[in-house]
Amino acid sequence: MTGTVINIDRVVKRFGTFTALHEVSLDIAENEFFTLLGPSGCGKTTLLRCIAGFEPVSGGQIRLHGEDIAPLPPFKRPVNTVFQHYALFPHMTVLENVMFGLQRLGWSVVDAEGRAKQALELVHLSQFLKRRPGQLSGGQQQRVALARALAPEPKVLLLDEPLSALDLKLRQAVRMELKQIQRETGIAFVFVTHDQEEALTMSDRIAVMSDGHVQQIGAPREIYEAPVNRFVADFIGETNLIEVPVLGIADGMAEVSLPGGRALRCPTPLNRAVGQGVLSLRPERIDLCPASEADLTVIATDQVYLGTDIQLKAQLAGGQEMTVRLQNAQATRLPERGAEVGLKLEAGAARLLSA
Amino acid sequence: MAAMAPGGASSSEIYKGHAKRLLLPTWLVIGVFLLVPVALMATYSVLTKEFRGGVIWEFSLAAYDQFFLDRGLFGDEPPRIEWTYLTIFWRSIWQAGLATLLCLLIGFPTAWFIATRDARMRTVWLLIVTVPYWVNLLIRTVSMKFLIRDEGPLNAVLLWSGLIDQPLGLINTNLAVQLGLFYSYLPFMVLPIYAAVERYDFALSEAAADLYAGRWTTLRLVILPVVRPGLIAGCILVFVPSLGAFLAPDLLGGAKSFMIGSLIEEQFKGAAGNWPFGAAAAMILMSIVMVVLLVYARAQTREATA
Repeated sequence: MTGTVINIDRVVKRFGTFTALHEVSLDIAENEFFTLLGPSGCGKTTLLRCIAGFEPVSGGQIRLHGEDIAPLPPFKRPVNTVFQHYALFPHMTVLENVMFGLQRLGWSVVDAEGRAKQALELVHLSQFLKRRPGQLSGGQQQRVALARALAPEPKVLLLDEPLSALDLKLRQAVRMELKQIQRETGIAFVFVTHDQEEALTMSDRIAVMSDGHVQQIGAPREIYEAPVNRFVADFIGETNLIEVPVLGIADGMAEVSLPGGRALRCPTPLNRAVGQGVLSLRPERIDLCPASEADLTVIATDQVYLGTDIQLKAQLAGGQEMTVRLQNAQATRLPERGAEVGLKLEAGAARLLSA
Repeated sequence: MAAMAPGGASSSEIYKGHAKRLLLPTWLVIGVFLLVPVALMATYSVLTKEFRGGVIWEFSLAAYDQFFLDRGLFGDEPPRIEWTYLTIFWRSIWQAGLATLLCLLIGFPTAWFIATRDARMRTVWLLIVTVPYWVNLLIRTVSMKFLIRDEGPLNAVLLWSGLIDQPLGLINTNLAVQLGLFYSYLPFMVLPIYAAVERYDFALSEAAADLYAGRWTTLRLVILPVVRPGLIAGCILVFVPSLGAFLAPDLLGGAKSFMIGSLIEEQFKGAAGNWPFGAAAAMILMSIVMVVLLVYARAQTREATA
């Protein structure tokens, strides 16, 4: 990993009596696609707006290459933003929109035009230079917004849920393109989204946020497979959360007692013994098996057909709901509703978290 | 193109062939309140004057001749350009222009302030701006006269505070007329600008700041161009009535601030009037306004098709 471009150091943001950010600290590396992920109201957009300078921070520092930029107004920060609804200047052409930032930086018209055309080429919009934003589709406007923010070659590009206004098909296509543009330009991207799939597919690293706190920072795989707490496990992907008694914890491994009596060894971020814990079971790492080999025994209650997968809804003896995801190829041996089913936990299915 | 909604298609079927009848109310209003009065005025402007007011039904261009040409006291000298009325006209134009500029300078920040309050306070502020206008214009103009005259409260306060040692002598000056016009028409500036600013997307200002534009650059390059339709509408709504105003110049101005509205008013008031001359002056005034509006409409169309 190369050097740090942005260092967020115990940033606090209050709106009146409401605290939107509680001493948030994180580092963003050069060339990194960094995602702030969380449900609405978690503070991710507020943090982005603090980096851009639209919101003054109530405390802490935001360092760009070591220099505190928190006191600077937005127009003095070498970062650019792609806005959620693009915020293109309606009275200017596409080209003028993209040239805007360059001209404010003192570029000559000729140079600015050259660079703007390059940026528009990067987003495949060279044929629309003279159009007004109102004459473009949503996807095209989004590309103009991207080109406009990239043209001044910012140290960091901030993206505020830029794909949320696009329809599903377009959104999926743009994801890969964004990632590719990020690699080509080498600019650090800070991407805000509430869509975990978006975050998992594009990011180098993800910061999961809730209630103004950073819950976990890590690579997509780490976040998904080794969540540090219940919130992260539940928010990223699907999971079954089952309360279990803990028998012992040592060296990152826990021994727990499964409903039905079997003991199970599984990884855990906890390092001291607790009486009760929450077991997170990923539905796609659970398989059907004969009752004799089963870790868990459940009653099948329903099936949901999802195309590639089939979701099996089931109930534990205690009445707790469970979800199991089976690949469609295995559909032939699906249990009847009401049948008793044995479930086998595959490697990596279970993780013990604090209750 | 999107397919026509079924309701739209059927209703156009139902009303087919009735378009002329349905437009009747519109034509009635335009005819009675616009075309007939203008035609009347155009006709009167080319008739001969009756000395006790009124007209003799005899074609004559005397009114226009009197407006533009000076043929001496007895009408027997070679014609020269008559400057009297052109001067009044010119004064009207710059007085109205100045009033418009003043309204714009005060009206834009006011409208901006109101449009950026929260929804409840916006209603309150709009009410505060418009309430004085529920009072008759004549009463307001007379009140203004009482306020600013030498013995009035404005001078009293300034004298008492020691800021001045003799009354300002505002009354009967062009400045007084200015104040009167400004006060009369300010809401016509504030309201259309308010409507434009209320629709303004403040993310555009953030985008400009994000792209290295300072506050004034943002105002000049983004805010003003985007709310321009509101600014222009406000300017037209202030300029046009200011140009033909007669209450403010009559009540607040002196002989040197005589405006075209007063000139026209005098021609129809009392026995000294000259109806054809008043009608001719009104026609000339209307032509100027028309030219201003046409230039604006042209600019708008060019903008839209660019």
